Amino acid sequence: MNLPIYLDYASTTPVDPVVAEKMMEFLTPAGQFGNPASRSHVFGWQAEAAVEDARQDVANLIGADPREIVWTSGATEANNLAIKGCAHFNQRKGKHIITSRIEHKAVLDTCRQLEREGFEVTYLDPDSNGLIQPEMVADAIREDTTVVSIMHVNNELGTLNDIAAIGKICRERKVFFHVDAAQSAGKTGINVEEMYVDMMSFSAHKIYGPKGIGALFVRRKPRVRIEAQMHGGGHERGMRSGTLPTHQIVGMGEAFKVGFANLAAESTRIEALRTRLWLGVSDMEEVHLNGSEDQHVPGIVNISFAFVEGESLIMALRDLAVSSGSACTSASLEPSYVLRALGLNDEMAHSSIRFSIGRFTSEKDIDTAIEKVRHAVHKLRELSPLWDMFKAGIDLNTVQWAAH
Amino acid sequence: MAYSEKVIDHYENPRNVGQLDETSKNVGTGMVGAPACGDVMRLQIRVNDEGIIEDAKFKTYGCGSAIASSSLLTEWVKGKHIDEAEQIKNTHIAEELALPPVKIHCSVLAEDAIKTAVRDVRAKQGR
Repeated sequence: MNLPIYLDYASTTPVDPVVAEKMMEFLTPAGQFGNPASRSHVFGWQAEAAVEDARQDVANLIGADPREIVWTSGATEANNLAIKGCAHFNQRKGKHIITSRIEHKAVLDTCRQLEREGFEVTYLDPDSNGLIQPEMVADAIREDTTVVSIMHVNNELGTLNDIAAIGKICRERKVFFHVDAAQSAGKTGINVEEMYVDMMSFSAHKIYGPKGIGALFVRRKPRVRIEAQMHGGGHERGMRSGTLPTHQIVGMGEAFKVGFANLAAESTRIEALRTRLWLGVSDMEEVHLNGSEDQHVPGIVNISFAFVEGESLIMALRDLAVSSGSACTSASLEPSYVLRALGLNDEMAHSSIRFSIGRFTSEKDIDTAIEKVRHAVHKLRELSPLWDMFKAGIDLNTVQWAAH
Repeated sequence: MAYSEKVIDHYENPRNVGQLDETSKNVGTGMVGAPACGDVMRLQIRVNDEGIIEDAKFKTYGCGSAIASSSLLTEWVKGKHIDEAEQIKNTHIAEELALPPVKIHCSVLAEDAIKTAVRDVRAKQGR
């Protein structure tokens, strides 16, 4: 068995070999290296055809028209383009935006920037399962609201929002609806028609494509207009200038094509692995699932191991590549803002681990992970004065701590 | 984050893990830190009539550096007089373990722990 075991697919995925092979056809002199914007020769035409095929593959996964797909450098840029672009274009109608507290930083920081420009932003609190309920959005919409931005799947928790219900509300109230789908594309079904989505952000590297490429879906009917954030040669119908990176785009198209073809089978297989992992550790004492039991994507499970500190747990799990809910590897000792928004106390946030499972995870990987987690939790609890106190029946909330 | 070999060694094989009888007159306990900050250290020392630390035990909830700092501290204080143990500085611990700047607070906590434990045993024994 190859150690460490990669269980951080929500962070990034390896490029599927099929995808990598296809990308290599668009780089070298022997390949189709042309600039897709070159109209005067066959090199350009070939590259353009490849880009358009890829656009179709991305559109197919989400039930869109290929003309609604705008290439970007990734989901971060797509989120920036959608939210700033739409808010700016519609600022005469209003300057109010709605989003949630547990969005990715690419959405939250974009909203913060708009606040600095004089926009007003409402940040919705999720429920204790990490979900944004449609009525929360309905209650927050005002006369001057122009954009609602809610993520499809939360990257830390794997929770799956009811996008169709939120979309219906936005459509009825004539508010533009943007969805960050970086974590959901290829993991769960998406249909932009049935979900009433106006703009949707995607990333290739979360779905076995290359890093550095993403896309934004921008609806044509009813038309959504956005202001470009990147100016230049007028590529992508003026919404995003810059020479198209053919090999990256082809890689993203191929990744979406493979993802679409395998969606059902892959979801079933990965959901079974997720269940196996959860059942393998949840019989230990004081182990808690963060997020929703029933509304989640197959690949992500976030677990708190009480009385064990997150960073030492990560250290004990050196043979597993996983993410911690505690940001204490950085200079700050801040626990994850997502877990905090769920109402978790700092200790539980510090002691949480996100396991994310993907295409190349085997049953054996999961079994090894279970064994290593059990061993680490046991060892660290033996070392933990908090575990002693818990076992002695002391309520830790009643203890006066000398905070430092 | 890359840990030094010494941190990993103490983390993998922590010395003197355990608990001493808190109610004993010869035992001083230093419990420092807070769960919300991500570290809690409990350091205990057993002191003989001459003021020499005969035994030391710890348990720590915290990152690898916090565990290593407290483990190292138990090694250092054993056999020392409490007056001497009190003089241990966080900088010595940080230096020995090659702690990076973001982990200096772990060594500060260890210094607090020994000081608190010594203060506790002094108070108990009235000296």
